[in-house]
Parts: sequence; structure tokens; C-alpha cells
Amino acid sequence: MSLQTFLQHLVNGISLGSLYALLAIGYTMVYGILRLINFAHGDIFMLATYIAFYSVTTFLLPWWAAFLIAIILTALLGIILERAAYRPLRSSPRISIMISAIGASFLIENLAIVIFGGRPKAFPIAPIFSKILVVGDVSISIVTVIIPIVTAIALFILNYIVNKTKTGMAMRAVSKDYDAAKLMGININYIISFTFGAGSALAAIGGILWGLKYPQLIPLMGIMPGLKCFIAAVIGGIGNIKGAVLGGFILGLGEIAIVASSPALSGYRDAFAFVLLIVILLFKPTGLMGKNSAEKV
Amino acid sequence: MLKINDLHVHYGGIHALNGITLEVPENKIVTLIGANGAGKSSTLKSIMGLAKTSHGTIQFNGEEITGKPTTHMVSQGLILVPEGRRIFSNLTVEENLFLGSYLRKDKAEINKDLNWVYELFPRLKERLWQMAGTLSGGEQQMLAVGRALMSKPKLLMMDEPSLGLAPLIVKDIFNIIKEIHRKGMTILLIEQNAKAALEAADYGYVLETGIITLEGPGKELLVNDQVQRAYLGDHK
Repeated sequence: MSLQTFLQHLVNGISLGSLYALLAIGYTMVYGILRLINFAHGDIFMLATYIAFYSVTTFLLPWWAAFLIAIILTALLGIILERAAYRPLRSSPRISIMISAIGASFLIENLAIVIFGGRPKAFPIAPIFSKILVVGDVSISIVTVIIPIVTAIALFILNYIVNKTKTGMAMRAVSKDYDAAKLMGININYIISFTFGAGSALAAIGGILWGLKYPQLIPLMGIMPGLKCFIAAVIGGIGNIKGAVLGGFILGLGEIAIVASSPALSGYRDAFAFVLLIVILLFKPTGLMGKNSAEKV
Repeated sequence: MLKINDLHVHYGGIHALNGITLEVPENKIVTLIGANGAGKSSTLKSIMGLAKTSHGTIQFNGEEITGKPTTHMVSQGLILVPEGRRIFSNLTVEENLFLGSYLRKDKAEINKDLNWVYELFPRLKERLWQMAGTLSGGEQQMLAVGRALMSKPKLLMMDEPSLGLAPLIVKDIFNIIKEIHRKGMTILLIEQNAKAALEAADYGYVLETGIITLEGPGKELLVNDQVQRAYLGDHK
């Protein structure tokens, strides 16, 4: 493989890894606070792309306004999802809330088929996103470069919120101990809503970028990325934000590496995530950056 | 300051509190002693709104607070140092202290209280950047008390602050409690260490299986036969 193709693949891998990281963080944040796998997270991601799609095609908004609206509405949808499907079950056994998550996922997918139609739609791409960048012998689409940059900015903001703000401190406190957090005067419901909002906003950013890179929308498009990013979160150590980012990049780079090594293997790119999951769980059951913690009862 | 009237609490089928009535007057240390499972922690939890009150009323500074959310209790200055310390081990010592002042907006006062906490617990000041989980048991208890003080309590409630600590540290903790009290703090103290608690307290209640069986000034309870036999070990 020439250096040129290697660089090309590397850029693609980083770009895909960024998308996975954005989505994986939502899983890990919700798990950190509620000990719940939010199975509807991939569908939230799908909704974001459709909101962006309709904002541009039906409401004729400029791309930046459409993206902003998609991020805000998706964050709201994430908050509504928690209110409707998870909050009423918070004191029930964990299995009930998990089943509710699976139910919410199916509901959103099928509602999307009814409302948006099952036929694929083409994501509208503004001209500035379809340019091709030529650096030396490597030519890459501008979206491939934008994705990691936007991801880096989003991660920087998230890191700031979680580690430097009062709300972030409260989030970390709630993830450790509900009752002790209440004794500080922290409003648990607000923190949980905030977590869902932030996770969903990141999924929306991921969804929009995904649409720009793979511009075909179908109502079930959230399932595979959702599943893979859940795996990414587990690989990194679920509950750990940095771990989710690491897991996302491992998955993205690994997938591209498989495709690059032999075109014959490219059909197995989805299998890669699952094989990696099995291997990691065999040797490091808590994930790469996960800590062994006693089950919270 | 705090008035509890005929409080009942049920956990599932268990009748944890069977109608207790007690009062904490301003600027006093009141203690509630009793064996394991007598309902001491349940009392504090229901005051804080962490356990559901099935019957009875809780009044704080004349306001009826029964059934209000915990956030409300904290905003009114009703602060609990929970049993087992419950510090946030994944946060630094400094962040734990800041969380104590989560609901407060008075920046200047917060800084004053922070300095007071550093004065009371110089050890915490040396360990500000350390993860709270790496502190020793005694230091964690100090952090839990410091964190509570950062909430600007009007009534400070402590649930077994001496539990699991070495005798020397227990002495430290009780000295701190007296020191805080000297500054005018009202304290409701729950203890298994009946001797130390009654010595420090102005007034005491003895709780047995959900009911108050005895009450009186701390000094009187210390020499009471029944208390001596049950909680202090009879040395006569």
C-alpha cells in the first residue's frame, strides 16, 4: 500500500471514528447516571438527520439554521424520551426500564417508517460540503476533514461542562450516589434531563455529519450505528466518557483498516465490531478504561 | 426549631417508626440514641424527605415541611451528614466541598465558610486536589462534615459520625462537634456511642424499636439506670 492510500484510509478512519465517538458518548453518559442502556439512542440519531432533512427540503432553511434546529429539537426529543419512557419506571426493577428502552426504540423506528416513509431519501448537501480537498497526492472530501474538527470542538465543550461547571459536578455526583446528591440540594430530575439533552445533542451532531458523509436516509439507519456505538462504549468502559471516545476511534479505525487490507473482507466490516467486543470482554470485562465497581442497588 | 409530632414511617411491611415526637430547640445539641434498627436513621431520612412519612408532621422554623422534596429541606438550612459519610469518591476534596454549597449564591459568604472549614479541618486543605475516595475514614468523615457546613446549615443533623472510626479520631470528631456548636449551630446528633453523645448533648432521646422510651437532659440520662444498663454497660 502506498503512503498516499494509507493516508487516505487514515483520514477516513479518523472521520468514521469521530462519528462513532459522538454517538457512543450518549450511551455512556446515560449509563453513568441511570445504569441504563438507552437502546433508543440510535433512533434519536436517525431522527436528527430527518429533522435536518425536512428543515432544508420542506422549510427551505439555510443549512446552518437547519443543523442548529436539528440539534436543539433532538436534544428536546431525548429529554421527552426520558420523561415518557424511563422516568415513570425509575424505581422499578432495572429489567423493566431496559424493556421500555427496547420498546421506545421499536416505537420510534416504526413511527418513522409511517411518518417519513420507508423509501430512502437523499440528504441535501450544501455546495460547501461537497468540495474535494487535494493535499499533495491525497484527495479527500471536505466533509471527511470537517467531521473530526467538529467532533473535537464538541468534545472540548462537553469536557468543559462535565469537569468545570457546577452542573457537570452535579452530574458526576449523581452518577455516584443519588441520595447523597439529593442531600446537597441537587435536583436529580434536572440533572438526568440535562444528561439526556446533552447526549442527544451529540447524537444529533453525529447524525448530521453522518448524513453529510453517507447521504442516504432511511428510518432504520440508526440501528447499526447505534449498536456499534453501544459496543464502542462498552469497549472503552461504559460510564467513562473518555473511554467512549477511545472505543469509538478504535472501532472506526479498525473497520476502515479491514476494508483497506482486502476488499474481499469489506463485507465483514460490521462483524469486526462484534468480534472486537467479544475479545475485549474476554480479556477486560470492564472495558479498556472502565473501573471495577460494585453493582449499585 | 425542629418539631416532630407523632411520626410514622413504613418500609414495605416494616413499621420503622411508630409515632415519635421530639423537639430540637435553637442553639442546642440534641441527641437520639438507640440500638441498631431502632429507627434512628429512618427519623433523619424522613426529616430530609428521603423516606416517605406515612403519618405525622415535621415542622422546621414554624413551616410544615412534611412530604416536601429534599432540595427544599436543603434550601431551608436543614442539612444531614449521612451515615457512612457518603462522600463523592470520584470527585476531588475541593469539588465535594463546592457541592455542599450547590444551592448557594452568596459568593463572599461561601468563601468565608470555606475558610472556616479549612480552619476546622487543616487536613482537608492539604488534600484539596486528591480524589475523595483516597482519603482515610477519619478524613472522609471530616470531609462529610465540612461539606455539610458548606451548605450553611441552620440545623445540622449527623448520623453516626463516629461509626467505624478509631477512638482517637472519634474524640477529634466530638471536639469538632462541640466547636461547631460553640459557633451557635443547632445540632441533632444520632449515635451508637451513647456515652460520648450524651456528654456532648443538652438533651437526649432514647429510641427503641420505633418509639421513644426515655428522654431528658443529657447529664440526667447519663446516670439513668435504664440507659446505663442498655447502652453504657453497667459498671456498678
